[in-house]
Amino acid sequence: MNSRIFLAIVAVRCRMLLQYRAAALAGFGTQLFWGFIKVMVFVAFYASAVSEPPMTFAQVLVYIWLGQALLALLPWNVDKEIAEQIRSGGVAYELLRPVGLYGFWFARTLAFRLAPTLLRMVPMLAFTYFMLPWVGLAEWALPPPASSAAGGFFLLSALATLLLSTAVTMILHISLMWTISGEGFNRMMPGVVPLLSGLIIPLPLFPDWLQGVLFWQPFRGLADVPFRIYSGHIPASEAVLEIGMQLGWSALLIGMGVALLTRARRRLVVQGG
Amino acid sequence: MSEPYIVVNDLAKRFQIAERDPGLWGALKGIARRRYRTVEALHGVSFEIGRGDLVGYIGPNGAGKSTTIKILSGILVPSGGTCEVAGLTPWQSRVEHVARIGVVFGQRTQLWWDLPVVESFELLRDIYRVPQAHYVRERDELVELLDLVPLLDVPVRQLSLGQRMRSDLAASLLHDPEILFLDEPTIGLDAVSKLAMRDFIRRRNTERGTTVLLTTHDMDDVEALCSRVMLINHGTLLMDGTVADLRSDRRRVVVDFSEPVALAAHHSALVRSSSGERIVFEVQSRVPEFVAEVTAAYPVQDLMVEHPPIEETVAALYQQVRSVDGTGIRE
Repeated sequence: MNSRIFLAIVAVRCRMLLQYRAAALAGFGTQLFWGFIKVMVFVAFYASAVSEPPMTFAQVLVYIWLGQALLALLPWNVDKEIAEQIRSGGVAYELLRPVGLYGFWFARTLAFRLAPTLLRMVPMLAFTYFMLPWVGLAEWALPPPASSAAGGFFLLSALATLLLSTAVTMILHISLMWTISGEGFNRMMPGVVPLLSGLIIPLPLFPDWLQGVLFWQPFRGLADVPFRIYSGHIPASEAVLEIGMQLGWSALLIGMGVALLTRARRRLVVQGG
Repeated sequence: MSEPYIVVNDLAKRFQIAERDPGLWGALKGIARRRYRTVEALHGVSFEIGRGDLVGYIGPNGAGKSTTIKILSGILVPSGGTCEVAGLTPWQSRVEHVARIGVVFGQRTQLWWDLPVVESFELLRDIYRVPQAHYVRERDELVELLDLVPLLDVPVRQLSLGQRMRSDLAASLLHDPEILFLDEPTIGLDAVSKLAMRDFIRRRNTERGTTVLLTTHDMDDVEALCSRVMLINHGTLLMDGTVADLRSDRRRVVVDFSEPVALAAHHSALVRSSSGERIVFEVQSRVPEFVAEVTAAYPVQDLMVEHPPIEETVAALYQQVRSVDGTGIRE
């Protein structure tokens, strides 16, 4: 599939999904509320810490607010339209288009991750970066990036996160071809993804003996990596390597997705349309 | 028929359908051991279609029409047999193949549900890589012929069935395909929409030379459009001929008498119905002789000779097959 077709599909899907502004607004309210609760929990933790924590409080704030802003980017759910196509057998009709099915769905899925994120990210960043200091809550506000290099690497890393998240969501989509109802694998994701990406508790705050395991898993690239690049917890000198790892995981998961889809298509074809 | 363009040889398709006994016990048994029933959707179907032909494909529900169309359009792989469409095997060269065909499924839209019609068209332009100049020309012509101007900015989900079918048909033709597969394109349409649809399909076939294979339950579609008809039932081709072949040599003679009459028994015709002064006869052959006989013997006010509706002939054909076959579904 060439990039023009890919971008056309992404653009069309985004335009459609950007219509859901009310949902985004409601989401903004909820995520702001949870953000404050998390901030207050960590204020209490840090006030009673007996030893030096592995992250500064400012770094934790970055982690929390970026996490709330980019929540919709996490691959914890599936595109209902694709799920419905698989359930109803409509997926066969996608094969009438002269494009590869994986690329076709990848474009749709990328838009499915990107559009809601854009809608929620902008008000959340504006509120936590500008509004909180303005209302006198400067010590709870989202701090600026550690340096301009950190800011630049953060943007690159966030794009890699989009790619990685889309690749994981694609695996969820393809797995629907085996477990039609979308249970099982997809029920697991809302539990596993926020925990392993660092969204519940920042990964550096986990016990030392877990750090090795947490380092070598793909979900880290969904939140922990870009957030720590922003706050400087990952120094700019290591950022390239970390982004490289995000891309490496993405490539691996895309490869897996393509292989799974090829197998699934064989099944689909045997079953009929 | 010109050079063979679509060649289907001994095509077979078997589906495995998981079965379970009814009730809770059946569901529990199904967990332990799945029983599969094999349904033969196609059973050695062979035919050839020439370039530029317009062929009707008829048969009762579940006969195998849609399965054939799905195999020909590359989205289903047959269990046996071969099939070549313009030199390609559809399911082996899928991407290349589908770029040259247009497909409309009457039961299911291929437009994007939430998008205005014109945005679906633009997305298809990109997907099929239609150059902008070609696209504008094709779109404008289709919009005019199918009367789509008022629909272009309406999301597909808000269209009526007739409007949606017209949009679907236009969408399938934007890339000017050489072959068009239409699966029940007139299903559920009102009389005016049906006529418009038929007119459009006929023009596309004659003016562009687009090869068309059309499935339908509407015999008027077949009579109006197709020089050739293939009839399929239980996955086997039963008839491949002209529309005239579908018609029996029976005629219906509707006679209005000027007064009630008592018919003599010796006339070589069946009385199909009689109400008041009107009697409908069915005549096997020798229609002129029968008409002469009746007008000579009785006071006739008006008289009409008509073909029996083609539906009746086709229904009789379906019925015949069922009684030969014995069962509804071959297992």
